[in-house]
Amino acid sequence: MNQTFLFVLSGIIGLLTLSSAVGYVLDHRASQPDAIATVRNLNARIRSWWVMVVVVGAAIAAGRTTTILLFAILSFMALREFWTLTPSRRGDHHALFLSFFVVLPIHYVLLGTNQYGMFLVFIPVYAFLLLPAVATLMGDTNEFLARSAKVQWGLMLTVFSISHAPALLMLDTGGSGALLIVYLIIVVQLSDVFQYIWGKLIGRHRFSPNISPSKTVEGLIGGGLSAIAVGTLLSGLTPFSPLQAAAFSAIIVVAGFFGGFVLSAIKRDLKAKDWGYIIEGHGGVLDRVDSLTFAAPLFFHVTRYWFSA
Amino acid sequence: MNTLVRRALIMLVRLLVGARSEWLGCKPTTAARIYFANHGSHFDTVAVMAALPWPVRRLTHPVAALDYWGKNRFRRYVAETVVCAVLIDRKPKKGSEPLAPLERLLEKGRSILIFPEGTRAEDGEMAEFRSGLYRLAERFPTVELVPVYLDNLQRILPKGSMLPVPITCTARFGVPLRVEPGEDRAAFLRRARDAVLALGDRMAT
Repeated sequence: MNQTFLFVLSGIIGLLTLSSAVGYVLDHRASQPDAIATVRNLNARIRSWWVMVVVVGAAIAAGRTTTILLFAILSFMALREFWTLTPSRRGDHHALFLSFFVVLPIHYVLLGTNQYGMFLVFIPVYAFLLLPAVATLMGDTNEFLARSAKVQWGLMLTVFSISHAPALLMLDTGGSGALLIVYLIIVVQLSDVFQYIWGKLIGRHRFSPNISPSKTVEGLIGGGLSAIAVGTLLSGLTPFSPLQAAAFSAIIVVAGFFGGFVLSAIKRDLKAKDWGYIIEGHGGVLDRVDSLTFAAPLFFHVTRYWFSA
Repeated sequence: MNTLVRRALIMLVRLLVGARSEWLGCKPTTAARIYFANHGSHFDTVAVMAALPWPVRRLTHPVAALDYWGKNRFRRYVAETVVCAVLIDRKPKKGSEPLAPLERLLEKGRSILIFPEGTRAEDGEMAEFRSGLYRLAERFPTVELVPVYLDNLQRILPKGSMLPVPITCTARFGVPLRVEPGEDRAAFLRRARDAVLALGDRMAT
């Protein structure tokens, strides 16, 4: 794993160096106010990519425990962003406390200790029953159904779904689980980046101005095909043949697109532009991992179904 | 040592409640100011302090209730040494001057942070403002009065709960106010309260 991993990591760092150079040139050439704003935002995004690549790369390189811990922290931050924007009532307080400090840690411990069955049912069954039961004890019936649904959605999106990326470590595919995580992250994030680039270059037709004003049909097609191409070239990271890798990348790209789309719809519903502010140029953690919330569980299960021993 | 504890506590608060600030109506300054905020939890003193940039924070003193923060040695240490708070009596005896320590600080050019509701609000509602804010505004006509809205604090640690939920808290700083010529106490307090409430309306910002 180590040699392949270092090879991929140096490829990414090369790509980032190139992006920083392009960003530098664009910064000196931009003269219109809106062009300057776009380039500023682009350069902020590139700077943040450096930080993200270093943090994620170091955690995965350091091993299994740090990888799981990294995703547990990302889930925690994403859940916090979810509840910062989603309204809650006094009656939800205990359910929220349990979400953050009991359900989330137990879920990741089950993952870390390889208890696959319990990992799979803990949030969809146990937390699903426990949290509304706890909420009834507070006696507030106002919007009870909607409130219980929000508590469950918060956990499913930010904890259950995202944890399926590190859950790839549990699979016995004959290859390295860590490399599968790297593969998933590269394809899902490159798909976002390519969609952004194609959209900025040739984007004309808005896909759904109501939900996501920046997503265009051209960006979607160009970005999706580019990401699938990279995913096919990187089949060496996986147990898949190049043709299979193309199909799996297509699953990641489509799922990732709808993940971003669904989370954007929730954001619009909550009247917010970004989930948070912690990643300069990108918004919050949930803005960066929105595609992963759909892509990770799907990629995990198709891989497990067809490739796990 | 105290500086270290202070920094550690601020970092802990930033990590736990993710305190962040939005300067909507003014910029941070080291000039003396009276910050007045809505009151939602025992965290909010520390939360506003964490949201202030360090040069401003070291010149700003929050006002805390003596009956809560003076209750035992640990609370008193946190209040007086860590956040440099001034403890005042919420039910002053007749003839005493509860605002005197605040006036001394403003005379020295320090800023203060007060919670004019006097007590923590129950589920979302903001109480009427008490008159201390008006008395300070009259006494120091040149000092800017900055409305501050603390978002989400009731949800982080509601009254009567010991269990914090790590929702991000935002401190929004509004346009500074002054007492207008001829404005009476009730009118000014209503205007000040409305200024804080207006900052709380997320759609408007």
